[in-house]
Amino acid sequence: MSLSRNDVAKVGLLARLALSETDLDTMTRELSTIVGFVSQLEQIDTTDVAPLAHPLDTQNVFRADIPQPSLTTAQALQSAPRHDGECFLVPAVLGDSGAN
Amino acid sequence: MTATPTAAAPFTTVIGLEVHVQLQTRTKLFCGCATTFGAAPNTQVCPTCLGLPGSLPVMNRTAFELAVRAALALGCQIAPFTKWDRKNYFYPDLPKGYQISQFDLPFSSQGALEVVDPKGALTRNVRITRVHLEEDAGKSMHDETAGTGDTRIDLNRAGTPLCEIVSEPDLRSPQEARAWLNELKLLLVYLGVSDCNMQEGSLRVDANVNLHIPCDGGRIAKTPIVEIKNMNSFRSVERALVYESARQYEEWQATKAEMGKTPKQTRGWDDPAGVTRAQRHKEESSDYRYFPEPDLVPVTVSEEWLAATREAMGDPPSVLREALAATWKIPPYDADVLVNQGRELVAYFEDLAARVGEGKVASNWMQQDVLRTLNERGGSIDDFPVRPAAVADIIGRVAKGDFDTSRAREIFAEVLASGRTVDEVVASMGIAAVDDDELITLCRELLAANPRVVADVQGGKEQAAAGLIGQAKKKNPNVNPGKVRAMCLELIRQM
Repeated sequence: MSLSRNDVAKVGLLARLALSETDLDTMTRELSTIVGFVSQLEQIDTTDVAPLAHPLDTQNVFRADIPQPSLTTAQALQSAPRHDGECFLVPAVLGDSGAN
Repeated sequence: MTATPTAAAPFTTVIGLEVHVQLQTRTKLFCGCATTFGAAPNTQVCPTCLGLPGSLPVMNRTAFELAVRAALALGCQIAPFTKWDRKNYFYPDLPKGYQISQFDLPFSSQGALEVVDPKGALTRNVRITRVHLEEDAGKSMHDETAGTGDTRIDLNRAGTPLCEIVSEPDLRSPQEARAWLNELKLLLVYLGVSDCNMQEGSLRVDANVNLHIPCDGGRIAKTPIVEIKNMNSFRSVERALVYESARQYEEWQATKAEMGKTPKQTRGWDDPAGVTRAQRHKEESSDYRYFPEPDLVPVTVSEEWLAATREAMGDPPSVLREALAATWKIPPYDADVLVNQGRELVAYFEDLAARVGEGKVASNWMQQDVLRTLNERGGSIDDFPVRPAAVADIIGRVAKGDFDTSRAREIFAEVLASGRTVDEVVASMGIAAVDDDELITLCRELLAANPRVVADVQGGKEQAAAGLIGQAKKKNPNVNPGKVRAMCLELIRQM
C-alpha cells in the first residue's frame, strides 16, 4: 500500500498544514509505511464480524436536560490569543459558516 | 435577466429542502449550558462546548427524545441502533474542529410529509430522506464598517441541539415548497419539538433546485443542481426559488449545460437585491473525513421507548384538522384556518363551539371577529380578553333574537375595548330586547307611513318589505331586522 504525493498534498491541505516539497517527500514515504502497516488488517477475514461502532460495550448514556453553571465570559476568553472582553477575535473570515 | 417565470413554464422545477430546527431544550446537546436566546456573548459556554482539551460530551436525553418525536411525526422509520460521527472542517465558529453529527447510521429515515391545500392546488406527498440529530456551530460577526478587519466569535450557540430534516427532491414549485415548509413548521410547533422561530435562527432552510426541460425526441435535459443558502423567511425561500428557476432556464438556453458535467454550485440569496449569487467554491471543503465519534456511545431504541414517545406525542395538525371538521361539522377550509393558528386557538374554538352547540356559527365568529381582532392587537389567544364564555353569551342572545349580528359585533367590540361584561355593555349601550308589543306598534307605524310598500307586498312583491327595515332601525336601533320583516308581512296579510 503506498500513497501518492498528491494524496499527501490533499491531506495536508485538509489539515491546514503548509508542506514544502521536501516535507511532501518525507511525509509520503513515512505515511505510506504507516498505512502499509495498518493495512495488514485487510488480511483478516471479517465476513462474519459485525461492524463495531464503539469499542465499549455500553449504550444509552444520557444526562437530564437541567442547566448547569457556565463559565464566566472572562474565564471563557482567558486562553484566547485575542479577544475584546466579549468575543473571541479571529482574522476576518468571509463566506459561508455554520452547521451544514 | 427577468426573475418572473412565464405562466406556463417550459420546464419542471425540481426542489428538495434541507431544514435545520433547534430543539426546544433548556440545555445544549452535550453539556449543561443554557440555550436561552439573546444572552450576552460567551456567557453560555463551558469547557465542553468550547472544545477545551479533556472535556467530554454527554447526550441530552430530552434532545434525543424530541428528535425522535419529530421523526415519528414525519412517519420515519426509527433505527434500532444509531451512532454519532465527527464531521471535520476548520472554521472559527467550530471550536473543536469538527461537528458531532450523524453520517451513515442516522436515527431515522424514510418518512413523508403531505401538504394538503384545502383549495387542492398545492397538495403533494413529499418523502423525507432522513432526520438526524447534530450540534450547532457558534456565531461569527464581521463588521466591515468597523474597519478592524477582525471577526468576532460568540460561542453561546455552539453545541445547541439541531434536528436536520432532509427531503427528497419531490417538490415541484416554489409555492409548494413554501406551503410544505409552513406545514412542517406547524407540525413541529404543535408537537413541542421546536419554536421554529426563524428570526432567532431556530429554523433554517437550504434548498436544492434544478430544472427538467423536455427536449426534442422526448429527452429530458436536467440542469446542474444549485444549493441556495441564506434565506431568512419562507417568503424568501419562495422568492429565491422563483428567481433561481428563471435564472437556470436562461443559463441553460445560453450554455445547454447539464447536470453531472459541473460540480454542484452553492448560491446565496441576496434578499434586498432579490437575486442569488454564486458563493466561492471551496473545493477541499467537501471532504469532511467522517469517522465514528469515540466520545459518545451508541443509542439503541427499544419498542417500549418508541411506544411511550408515540403516546406522549399528541395529534399532529393533519389529524386535528380532520377531527375538528368531523366533530364540529365545519368545512375543511374552516378546520384548516383554525388549526393553522396553533393549538391554543383550537382549544379556544372547541370551548366556544361546545358552549354555542353549533360548530359553524362558532367557526364564523372565530374567523370574522376573534381572529381579526387578535391579529390587529397581536399577542396570544390565551391573553385575549374576551373569553369563549362571553362570545358564546353574545351568540346565544343573537339566536334568541335579542339583537342581530351586526349589533352583536358592536357589543363584541365594546366588550373587548372596555373590558366590561356582556351584561354591562348591553345595558350601557341601551340595548334592550324589544318586546313583541313594541314591535307591533313600531311595524304598524311603518306600514301607515309607507302605503306604497304595503301595496307592493299585496301585489306579490314581498321583497319590498326590505325597504322598511332601515326605517325601523332608525326608530329603534335594537330591533331585530328579521323580526321586523316577518311582523310587517304578517300585519299586511291581516289587512
